[in-house]
Amino acid sequence: MEKLKSSFKNMLLSLALISIVVACLLAVVYKMTEEPIKQAEKQRKENAIKEVVPDFNNNPAEEKFEVEISDGSKLTVFPAKYDNKLVGIAVETNTLKGFSGEIRIMAGFDVDGTIKNYYVLKHAETPGLGAKMQKWFSDPSKPDQNVINRKWNNNINVKKDGGDIDAITAATITSRAFVDALNRAYEAYLKVIQNDSEKQESAK
Amino acid sequence: MSKNLNILTNGIIKENPVLVLLLGMCPTLGTTSSAINGFGMGIATTFVLICSNLVISLLKNFIPDKVRIPAFIIIIASFVTVVEMIMQAYMPPLYESLGLFIPLIVVNCIVLGRAEAFASKNTPLSSTLDGIGMGAGFTLALTVLGAIREFFGTGKIFDFTVYPEDYGLTTFVLAPGAFIVLGFLIVIVNKLKTTKN
Amino acid sequence: MTYILIFISAVFINNVVLSQILGICPFLGVSKKIDTAIGMGISVTFVIAIATLVTFLLMQYILIPFNLQFMQTISFILVIAALVQMVEIILKKVSPSLYQSLGVFLPLITTNCAVLGVAILVTKHDIYKESLLQSMVYAISTAIGFALALIIFAGIREHLNIANIPKAFKGMPVALIIAGILAMIFMGFTGIVKIN
Repeated sequence: MEKLKSSFKNMLLSLALISIVVACLLAVVYKMTEEPIKQAEKQRKENAIKEVVPDFNNNPAEEKFEVEISDGSKLTVFPAKYDNKLVGIAVETNTLKGFSGEIRIMAGFDVDGTIKNYYVLKHAETPGLGAKMQKWFSDPSKPDQNVINRKWNNNINVKKDGGDIDAITAATITSRAFVDALNRAYEAYLKVIQNDSEKQESAK
Repeated sequence: MSKNLNILTNGIIKENPVLVLLLGMCPTLGTTSSAINGFGMGIATTFVLICSNLVISLLKNFIPDKVRIPAFIIIIASFVTVVEMIMQAYMPPLYESLGLFIPLIVVNCIVLGRAEAFASKNTPLSSTLDGIGMGAGFTLALTVLGAIREFFGTGKIFDFTVYPEDYGLTTFVLAPGAFIVLGFLIVIVNKLKTTKN
Repeated sequence: MTYILIFISAVFINNVVLSQILGICPFLGVSKKIDTAIGMGISVTFVIAIATLVTFLLMQYILIPFNLQFMQTISFILVIAALVQMVEIILKKVSPSLYQSLGVFLPLITTNCAVLGVAILVTKHDIYKESLLQSMVYAISTAIGFALALIIFAGIREHLNIANIPKAFKGMPVALIIAGILAMIFMGFTGIVKIN
């Protein structure tokens, strides 16, 4: 086949044709991947919930609801139930106090207010420094920095701010943000627990 | 046959896009904070390279000369978007860690460079082979660079712990480490080239 | 005040070249002489500013309303390519001498990932994507950061020409290592201001 000449008509035609074919191709791939992308996102959240709360046999993702906390923002709460009895609460919490942008954490609580576990969903902190938060605050061999299985005592704060948690070395801002996210989660947790006990009272 | 083999190996060693031709520096430096990230970026770019080389060599007579660059860019950008969506659907952790650098494959000089310098002048078969070879060379360089940075920065290679993380030099994982390690890698390649001659 | 913070953060702390590692090709390629570095810096600033403005509006008023976000990469790169052509034509008319010295590198702005990078970052950012003004301040500051890094680097490289360095290090390797040291210096800005 001869090479097409660079006449105005040819140029317009070939570019237009390529664009149309490409747009169709992209639309098809978009439709194909739309569902898997949503699934992957959902799966990630469900896995995170499983990580952070005690054993449950309901579907927390379906029973999720939103709780408004004191600064006016809304956090999503996933109640974990075993045989219809509340055993733990997972709160999807966030903070904008991170070193570079938003940090999202799934925080899990026991019914008596113990932090069961947490899972970092999203962050953009510095690799090797702030990015260590998933491991740093959950190391059972270092009680000064571990927050897992801590009973909430209003002193969940980094040492520099009068709390009793060791901040990540050289990443105080990230540590503060992490603690801030936890505190926000706990606030949501308290509201849920109060509502729940009120409900049980009235049920009696 | 030996000609095809030549095209295939050309990109891996003799004309390694990163270490010899010094192309595609942004993803090379930006995504190699660990070996697995470098490898993932390499594979994604290779896919785009192969597809765009193949399609462009098929369409080369259909595209008038004066609009070839915009046409190439449209074709490359569409394959990049395809890769982006597939990664988001089936490899979300890698998608998250590569982040912005996936759409930026569009402006990777290697892809457009090979389209212009090779695919627009050669047959579909040799263009595909060229894409595979160049992609392999790119992936190799990125993986090696990522492994070195991960090893010195965090004490791991491919997430496998070699020595405790606390002894790692964080700088290696950050931007300065990227520049310096690549600089020394190129020094080694230069040295090898001169001793060979 | 917010705008000053955005400026400082984009120029020094999150410097587009030395901390975010974008736009490396022109950073390494057009930094042999200070004059060309300045010219390149100015034209990139100009392109980034217009490109961000156009892509922001494109995103807000066409792609999002029609649910076409998956066309983002393609449409953005086409807009940028067209803009670069335009700048080239204008520069040719207005300042032929500058056009001559930038020569081959002007078309390369299209494949400067800082331009596409900033345009995409703005649409993904939690705050900037809401406000055109903040996005513009961010984009222009980022471009100034690019120009700054480029000019500093060119200044160092001019001196490198007369330095006596081992043969294997000549050219790109030593430039990369110096860029690494520059990046370390810029790490020192980390934490002077913090912006959400």
